[in-house]
Amino acid sequence: MEDRIPGVGETIPSYCSLLIFYDPFFLSLGQISSWLERLMDQDPPIVESHGAVKEIPVLYGGDSGPDLAFVAKHNNLDIEEVIQLHARETYLVYVVGFVPGFAAMGTVPKKIQTPRLPSPRTKVAAGSVGIGGMQTGIYAIESPGGWQLIGRTPLKLFDLHRHPPSFFQAGDYARFYSITEKEFLKISRSQNKNAKS
Amino acid sequence: MIEVIKPGLLTTVQDQGRWGYQGYGVGIAGAMDSFALSAANLLVGNPEGAAGLEITLLGPTLKFQGETLFSLTGADLTPRLDGIPLRNWTAHLAPSGSVLSFGGRRSGVRAYLAVAGGMDVPAVMGSRSTYLLGRFGGLEGRPLKAQDELPVGVSAAPWNHLMGRAFPENLRPPYQKNPRLRAILGPFHDFFPEEGIATFFSSNYTITPNSDRMGYRLQGNPVTRRKTGELITCGLANGTVQVPPDGQPIILLTDRQTIGGYPIIVTVIHADLPLLAQSAPGDVVRFTPVLPDEAREAYLALWGPLKNFPAS
Repeated sequence: MEDRIPGVGETIPSYCSLLIFYDPFFLSLGQISSWLERLMDQDPPIVESHGAVKEIPVLYGGDSGPDLAFVAKHNNLDIEEVIQLHARETYLVYVVGFVPGFAAMGTVPKKIQTPRLPSPRTKVAAGSVGIGGMQTGIYAIESPGGWQLIGRTPLKLFDLHRHPPSFFQAGDYARFYSITEKEFLKISRSQNKNAKS
Repeated sequence: MIEVIKPGLLTTVQDQGRWGYQGYGVGIAGAMDSFALSAANLLVGNPEGAAGLEITLLGPTLKFQGETLFSLTGADLTPRLDGIPLRNWTAHLAPSGSVLSFGGRRSGVRAYLAVAGGMDVPAVMGSRSTYLLGRFGGLEGRPLKAQDELPVGVSAAPWNHLMGRAFPENLRPPYQKNPRLRAILGPFHDFFPEEGIATFFSSNYTITPNSDRMGYRLQGNPVTRRKTGELITCGLANGTVQVPPDGQPIILLTDRQTIGGYPIIVTVIHADLPLLAQSAPGDVVRFTPVLPDEAREAYLALWGPLKNFPAS
């Protein structure tokens, strides 16, 4: 879309909105609006989703997922049931944003939905997997965050030197699988090796 | 090369921002007063998009290791070169070994230092702006600290004749204390009852100390919302004003998150963002509703003459 009209810069897609940045030296709001109206009058092209399901290894619980016990208790489940329910679904990535690489996806099974923390943590480790209401998501870099943390992935989901820098983009699919601490360390090491080479 | 003797309160390398990656959650960053940085660049013969320093309230002490043409714009933080007072919005020549320092704040919040050739830090995703949240860009993704060495690029044009050149006062934004900010209503104004919108446009809002490059938190008459608890997550622009449940507006600025879920009442027009960037905690702002066409005219009126400013 960015290529079609001179003066249109980038766009930010979200759940049910699109923010368009444009250069007022080239375009007025009227021109942008009529262009959008014309687009909406046409039959929308079928956009194939990126399709592939990205498999995400997760070390659930412990220091990696400090809120896993709370999520279990909140939903009257035991910890193992939460893990199984979380890892069973294939999730659609709705949006990548807030902070670099953060992927919000859903929907999580009703049985494990849990409200966000009453007040956000000032520091959440990179790779942390959380539940926020009916969504699940992954913090790609260390940042503040208010989701219930249930685990952590060793995958590097945001890398400045990669293009695109983010592992996920809106429209991707993801599925989680449970790994042990040993596997976590092994994947983590190989990620660092790749980053260096 | 420029040696940092004292870093100042918050001094960062900034250009016009990191565009093209918001879809991956990467914020724009860039100069808070992008007009002042553009003007500083043009004064020393740089392209508008070159990287300079954004200097906040308490200026740094910097030593020029080679003869350097530089300019200062934006806030007047009492700049001196080897102790001699300097005029703001002007290009100056720093002899090799001379020291730039700053005194008290006379006006504004953010001063911009441009050097001929620009700050030659590595570009990350096409920009040299420091992105504090992501910890990348600029100088190692952080504010300057003592003993840093800032590389200066090679100027494309000869610059001896640019020395002493000033940026005309009538072309600068109409900086003022306690500015009136023009703003476009929406897109979620139906989240607010009429009296909420009336309160917003008729009240004084004080900029609180909890304000930074991510956003300015305001305090004043709370804006009532029609619905509570419901979130509509959408992309955020520079100047977007969100209203969280407590009714106290937040103006989102250059280091904002890329998307957000609080209802948006207005967006401050681009032409008035320099006035906001130069307002400090304790200052009072008011909002005036305008239509999108007025916002565009104001933008063209401010930035148009800048585009025609002679590069050399």
